[in-house]
This record gives sequence, structure tokens and C-alpha cells, in this order.
Amino acid sequence: MGILEVKNINKRFGGLQALGDVNLSVKENSVHAIIGPNGAGKSTLLNCLVGKLMPDTGSVTFDGQSLLGRKPHEINQLGISRVFQTPEIFGDLTVMENVLIPCFAKRDGAFRLNALTSIAQEPDVRAKAEQMLIDVNMIDKRHMQGSSLSRGDKRRLEMAMCLAQDPRLLLLDEPTAGMARADTNNTIDLLKEIHEKRDITMAIIEHDMHVVFSLADRITVLAQGTPLVEDTPDNIKGHPKVKEAYLGETQQV
Amino acid sequence: MDGILLQILNGLDKGSAYALIALGLTLIFGTLGVVNFAHGAIFMIGAFCAVTLSRLLSLSFETVDPTKTDFLGNPATIKTPYVEAWFGPEFGGALIDWAVPLAILFSIPVMIVVGYVMERGLIKHFYKRPHADQILVTFGLAIVLQEVIKYFYGANPISTPAPEVFIGSFDFGMMLGFDPNVIIYPYWRLVYFLFAAVIIGAVFSFLRFTTFGMVVRAGMADRETVGLLGIDIDRRFTIMFGLAAAVAGMAGVMYAPILSPNYHMGMDFLVLSFVVVVVGGMGSLPGAVAAGFLLGILESFASMNEVKSILPGIDQIVIYLVAIIILLTRPRGLMGKRGVMEE
Amino acid sequence: MLGLNKKDATFLLIVVLLTLFTPIIMQPFAANSGLDQFNGGYPDLMQKVAIFGIFAVGFNILFGLTGYLSFGHAAFLGVGSYAAVWMFKLLTMNVIPAILLAMVVSGLLAVVIGFISLRRSGIYFSILTLAFAQMCYKLAYSVLTPITNGETGLQLALSDPRILDGTNESASLPVTNIFGLAMNSSYKVEALNRVFTFNVGFYFCGIVAILAFYIAIRLFRSPFGMMLRAVKTNQQRMNYMGLNTRPYTLAAFVISGMYAGLAGGLLAAMDPLAGADRMLWTASGEVVIMTILGGAGTLMGPVLGAGVIKYLENIFSKINESVLHSWFHWLPDGLEHAVVWVFARFTGEGWHLTLGLTFMLVVTFLPGGLVEGTRRIKSLMARLRRPKAGRTEPKADDQPSPFKKPL
Repeated sequence: MGILEVKNINKRFGGLQALGDVNLSVKENSVHAIIGPNGAGKSTLLNCLVGKLMPDTGSVTFDGQSLLGRKPHEINQLGISRVFQTPEIFGDLTVMENVLIPCFAKRDGAFRLNALTSIAQEPDVRAKAEQMLIDVNMIDKRHMQGSSLSRGDKRRLEMAMCLAQDPRLLLLDEPTAGMARADTNNTIDLLKEIHEKRDITMAIIEHDMHVVFSLADRITVLAQGTPLVEDTPDNIKGHPKVKEAYLGETQQV
Repeated sequence: MDGILLQILNGLDKGSAYALIALGLTLIFGTLGVVNFAHGAIFMIGAFCAVTLSRLLSLSFETVDPTKTDFLGNPATIKTPYVEAWFGPEFGGALIDWAVPLAILFSIPVMIVVGYVMERGLIKHFYKRPHADQILVTFGLAIVLQEVIKYFYGANPISTPAPEVFIGSFDFGMMLGFDPNVIIYPYWRLVYFLFAAVIIGAVFSFLRFTTFGMVVRAGMADRETVGLLGIDIDRRFTIMFGLAAAVAGMAGVMYAPILSPNYHMGMDFLVLSFVVVVVGGMGSLPGAVAAGFLLGILESFASMNEVKSILPGIDQIVIYLVAIIILLTRPRGLMGKRGVMEE
Repeated sequence: MLGLNKKDATFLLIVVLLTLFTPIIMQPFAANSGLDQFNGGYPDLMQKVAIFGIFAVGFNILFGLTGYLSFGHAAFLGVGSYAAVWMFKLLTMNVIPAILLAMVVSGLLAVVIGFISLRRSGIYFSILTLAFAQMCYKLAYSVLTPITNGETGLQLALSDPRILDGTNESASLPVTNIFGLAMNSSYKVEALNRVFTFNVGFYFCGIVAILAFYIAIRLFRSPFGMMLRAVKTNQQRMNYMGLNTRPYTLAAFVISGMYAGLAGGLLAAMDPLAGADRMLWTASGEVVIMTILGGAGTLMGPVLGAGVIKYLENIFSKINESVLHSWFHWLPDGLEHAVVWVFARFTGEGWHLTLGLTFMLVVTFLPGGLVEGTRRIKSLMARLRRPKAGRTEPKADDQPSPFKKPL
């Protein structure tokens, strides 16, 4: 029994079957990659997990609780954090404030009207945020504005924001999309480090095989909305079905 | 039945004005992506074009007529409009009488120039700015235009009559086989509605059947791609702004006999027109027109005594109420595209 | 001090001092000098500056922090005024219950309007709030006439019960007071060839404004304030960070609605009548202009904007052609007339033209408003003073991030 269980979900957009009978089980403390060619339904699946889309049928449970019908912020409060394809941070706020927000969200829940306490009077939360910034090596930049950061730094910051919530499951949507090789490698190292240090379960949606094979200990291959195979990276590498799915695509390209 | 027809007819002229202003607002929003709070002011300037032309045509010189005396016993002065002196009293008098329809010809170049100057001089710099900034700067512009008009024409409404043939009403009901004296409809309102229908038809066919219109529609759908095709979309959009201004201006010209132009009429119409645009769906031209007529007619229904006795005050707020309900149940409006302005 | 860091405390202290000495500061010119008309130290104007300062500060909590542009805030101002006048009619002429009720009523209205309007954002939100405010305005003129007294406006009458005040024997209307101290009483001091008017009403408004401002500072520096700024930047990120944005925006909306209601109550407390024209959408536009002109999202901006606009409005409206002629009489005749003509377009009746133009210029060239302008001038001065030090970075921001070490 995994921490995240997806059972028989279907999703249709008009006449297009985006997801057909998808089953997925993410084990606790594993790094589970979901790969597949363009249009395989990876993003749809992710959106069904975080509450952005509602699957037509099937169930999604996290740690025994159903996620269906919950709003994104409720799902997050259960312990699922999400990293976006392009880093989503608060551009107008300083780096420190960016990290403070999840820290407060973790402590105070989805809403709290603490309008008369100064942030300066919250040493615990501040200490935690500072620790997060030290962890991702960004403490020097804490007074910088979010929008002025480089893309790599934004990614780091977003990671710090997600980690500040002590999530039990981290969902990553193509975390290295559009990155240069060096940045990609840095991100891989960062993720590896996080996984080793914190024992966070990760589900990664990724295009880049290099990233997948350096991180994942379990891989699900998705094609045309259905899972083809699920296995360890070593077994996936030579799998004929996977080759077919990918080569079919490459030939067309 | 006849009561319903009467209310529909009564709603048509206001609905036409809403539709014409909303059409211009939507053209500007759809093509340029600008939320123009000064559009009501353009409508107002149009109405004052009618005032101006009627004043210009009535410019007179005075002659002393020794044969007659006024009540003080002095020789009477007779004012003769120049146009009557130049073209003879008959043709000249007709010109003065027809000042409002003639003002359409006069207003088109004026409004195009106003629109062009506005777009090149101000709006152009706000394409990339947030919508809030656009609202604010055009709101400021509306105040300025309003004050300028107030300076030249004063604060009081200026009555501007329609040509004499259109003054008065006719029994529309009888023509349709109802009892006499049930549906009495003023001629000018009918003229206004027909005029609006023609303008709306013209704008739609222009967008539909000309290459220019095709490019603009393509630009509304996807500005960047059209730009990549090597088409100078900006210049066309400037022209569209002028066109939108001309439409609003003509709507104002023709509205002058219905509502005596005053300097703040633009603001009054603007608020309602924005509601119309939102109800119709931001960026949808047919939506704007449909919603304009719909709300105009609804407003006239709400002012029926039967309705008012059940829901007092409904006539005052029906438009806003409908807008709120539509925005909440169908945020895209009646015919809007998904995702427009839903940041 | 007071839960503020040193810089904010100093800032607040300056505001307090400025408020206390307003009757002196705004009377800089001698009574019989030609510049007398620039003096703003009369009670009516000073009260308005304080009241509209509160209004704008409250509006800024919504617009400046969350970025939601409400075009219907005047509704709360108007409702606050009505509530306060009703309190004067029914209960007592003491202003405290009146402004409390004004805040409660406008707060409740804000809950309703906000709950519905905040389901949409961007221009849709603006239109929704505008529609609600116009509805309030229209209803006040039509169905609600028994409560609002329609076009005449709600006024005091001798026959009002005023339960707590006891029977009114005199033939004149009672005046608003705070525990017996009449709002319209003033102490005039003649000194230095000037008349300084110390007005009870102004000091009451001033103290309330300082309180309101103090609460706004606390709010800006709080986690709640930070969340509101986050709402402005990226709502999606907030949702995926486990935060529910709706209650945050609603709370901001209600708080700012209550500020507006407080301002409306104070307006009624200074002059106990209330009319629907206070709810007209141009009145909503006015507070938008004040906030933007001063600098949205900054603490000082809205107060500055309200002060500048109310001051200029009063002063400019008084400058008519004869005043202008007296200024420019030393010019040659033709030139004098030309100059006077030009100036007359922008003063007196033309004040709104000046306002509109200024507003356009500010939005176009100085989106940060006057606060941004002073900052730019400061950094320019600093650059001029130290030309060799190279380019100095402009100050990071007006609201120092709370993590910077206190000065």
C-alpha cells in the first residue's frame, strides 16, 4: 500500500480520452517518476492529484484520505507540495518573505487573521525560514526581490518554499524543463540531497531521461492516457513497449 | 401582449445606445486589449458634435427692419442665419432643421481624429501596462474631456431637437393591428434604432467581408502570430480605435434629440456600457450587441408599474442585478471566450 | 514601542506631531498678505483631510496590498454616514456610538458585497463593486427613501427622539459632541498676525485618523499584510502553499470597508447630514485618485494623496479670475489677460481639469505616486551630492522589510 494510491481514474475532455484507467501507487520514501511522450496525459494526471481537475471516475487517496473534490489548498494542507514547470514564486516579495509564507501556512493553516503581530515578533517562524534558505544555499540573497532572481535561483527558492512545509509528498512537474545542462545537474543534486536528508516521497513528471534515471527508483510509463509499464529504472531501460512508445514518437518528429 | 411590445420598443433606443457604446468598447478591448474608461466621453463628444453643428448652422447676422418695431417701439432687428442667406430660406432652413443627422457627417472625421490622437498620444503607451493602470489613465482622460466640454458648453443640458418631420409620435400599435392609442412610439426613437441597426450591421460586415476586417479579427484572436506574418497589426489597430470612436461618436450624435447633451452624460452611459460589455462577455462583439439590447429592454420592462408594484425600485437596479447574477453564474458573460481577463 | 520597530515608531511620531500642529502648519501666511488664500488652517478643510486620509488608508489596505481595484468604495462611506446620522437622530448626539455603528453597518455591507464580488478578480471585480455601489446609490434615491430621505438627504430634526440625550427644550438643533464637548467649538488664537483655529472636531478626527493609521502600520507589518501582498503577486502559488486566498481577500475587503464606514461616520459627525451623492461612483473614483496620486501600497501615500487633493481642491476652487488679476497685474495688459485666461482654465471652476490632468500624468509617468516621486528626487539629490561615488542605488522600498536589522 503506497502513500499515494490512484485507482482507475478516467478523464475525458470532450471526445478526447486524456486518462484511461490509470492506476498508480507511490510508495512512501520512494522517488517515483512518471514518464511518457508528449500528450501522454502526464500533466492531466498531475492536475487530478492536486485538485485542479476532477477525474470522471476512479479514486485518489493520500495516506488513506480521498483527495477528490478537495481544493488545492486543502490537499496541500494534507502534506502534498507541488513544484511547477516554470518556478512559481512571489515576484514582488523578498526571498525571505517568499519562504516565510509557507512557514506561516504550515503553522497557522489555510487562514489566520493575525493582523496585529509584527513578523519581527515571530522568531520561531523566522528561524525556520532562515534555516530553509541556508539549506538551499540562498541565505545571502534573502533581501532580493523574487522577480530579480535567476531562473535557477527561482527554482531553488521554490524548492525551499515547498520544503518549508515539511511535505510528505513532493510533486514535481518537469523540474528541469528548459534548463541548461549544468542547471539540470544542479537540480538533480539538490533533489537527491533533499530526498536523502529528509526522506520525502517524490513523484516526478519528467521528459528528460537523464533526470529520471539519476533520481527515480520506480518508473511508470504513460502513453496515450494509460500506463504501459511500471518497473524499476533498470528494467525500464530495455523494455520493448517503452521503446515502441518513444521511438514511435521520435520517428514522427 | 401589447404592453410587452410597448416595453420592448421602449427599450430599443436605450438598448441601441448601450449596444453601440459597448460595441466600441469591445472593439477596443478585443483588438488592443485596453480597458477604456474614456469611451463614454467619446459618446458625449459625439452628442456635442450635434450641438456644435446645429449652432454653426444657426449662426446669424442681424439686419434692421425699419418697417417693423418691437414692443419698445425701436426698429426690430431680424436675425437671419447665414445659411439661409446663402442658400435661400427654404434650403437653408432645411439645413438647420436637419442639423442632427447632418452632424453624423461632421462627427465622423472629428471622432476619427479624436480617436487617433487618443490612441497615438496616450493609449499606445499603456498596452503593456496592467489593466488597472489602463482603467486609471482613461478615467483621468474622461475627467479631462468632460471638463473641457463643460468649459465650452457650460454645465446645463442643451436641447437639440430632431428634424421636424421626426418630431412627434405615431401609433405603431395600430399598424400592427392593436387597438389605437396603446402603442405610441416617437418617430425619432425608431430612427435611432434603425440607425443603430445599420451601424452595427456595417461594423460586422466590415469585419467579416473585408481583408482588413479579417486581419483585425485574426489579430483579436492571436495578436502575436498575426504580427509574425509580417502584417503591421498596430497600424490597423489604430484604425480600429478610430472606428470605435466614430461608432460611439455617431451614437452620441443621434442620441442628442433623445437626451439633451450634458457634460456628464458620458460617465452615466459608460458605467452602464461597461456592465453591458461584461454581461455580453468581454471581447465578444455579438455578445456586446445582444447584451446591450437585452439590458435596454429589461430596464424598460422593470419600469412597468406592474413590475414595480411587486418589486419596488427594481427599475433602478435591474441592470446591475442582472450583471451581478451573470458574472457569478457565467463569469465569461453571455458569449465571452474563456480566459479573457480572468487573471 | 507599541509593537512597531524603531523606524515605524518614528514615522508614527512624526504623523502624530504633524496632526497635532496642523492648525499652525496649515496657516503659514499672514492674514492680510496676498497669500492668505493659500492658508488651509480652517476646520472644515482640516477635518476633510483627516477623514479622507482615513478613507484612503483603508482603500489602500485593499488596493495597495491585494491589488483588487474596487470602484465602489463610496458605498461604504455613504452607508457609514447614514448609520451615523440615524444614531444622532435616535440615540444621542455623542459621536462615539455613531461612528461605531457606522463601522459595524459598513462592515456588514462589506461582508455581503465582498463575499460576492471577490469570487471574480481583475476588471470583473472592479465592475462588480461598481455595480453594487451604483445599486446602493440608486436604491438610496428610490426604495430606501424612508431610511435615506431621498434627494433631500438625511437630516436632524427637532422631533427626533434622541433617547439618551433627554428632551431638547431649545428651538435649535443640537450639535454633535463628544461627552459634552461640541464638535464645532473652536479656540481661536491670534498670534504672529495669523489666526490659528483649534477645532474640537478636527482634533477628534485627527486622533481617530492616527489610530486608524497606527492600525494600518501594524497590519502592513504583520503576517496578514504579507499574505495580502502575496495575493497580489501570485494567488496560484498561495493555493498550492496550503493557503485559502478567499478569506484573506475578504478580510482585507471588510477591513477597508470599515475604514470607509468610519470615514463616512466622521463626515456625519462633523456635519450631521447624509446624502446619496456620497455613494456616487465618482466619489469612489476620488478615493482611487487619492491613493494612486499619493502612492498605492505605501503607508504614507494615501494620506499624502488625500491631503494634497483636499487642500488643492479647496484652494484652487477659491482662485477666481479677480484673484488671478490681482496676482498678475504687474504684467503688460494683453499679456496679463492671456496669462489670467490660461490660469483661470485650471483654477476655480477648472479644478477638476487640473485634477484629471495631474492624475493622468501621475499614472503615466509616476505609477508609484508622490511617494515614489520624493524617493526619486532624494536619490537624484544623493547622486548630485556625491557625483564621484557613482550611481547610488535607490532605496529598496518604503516599507522596510522587517528582517532588516532595526536602525
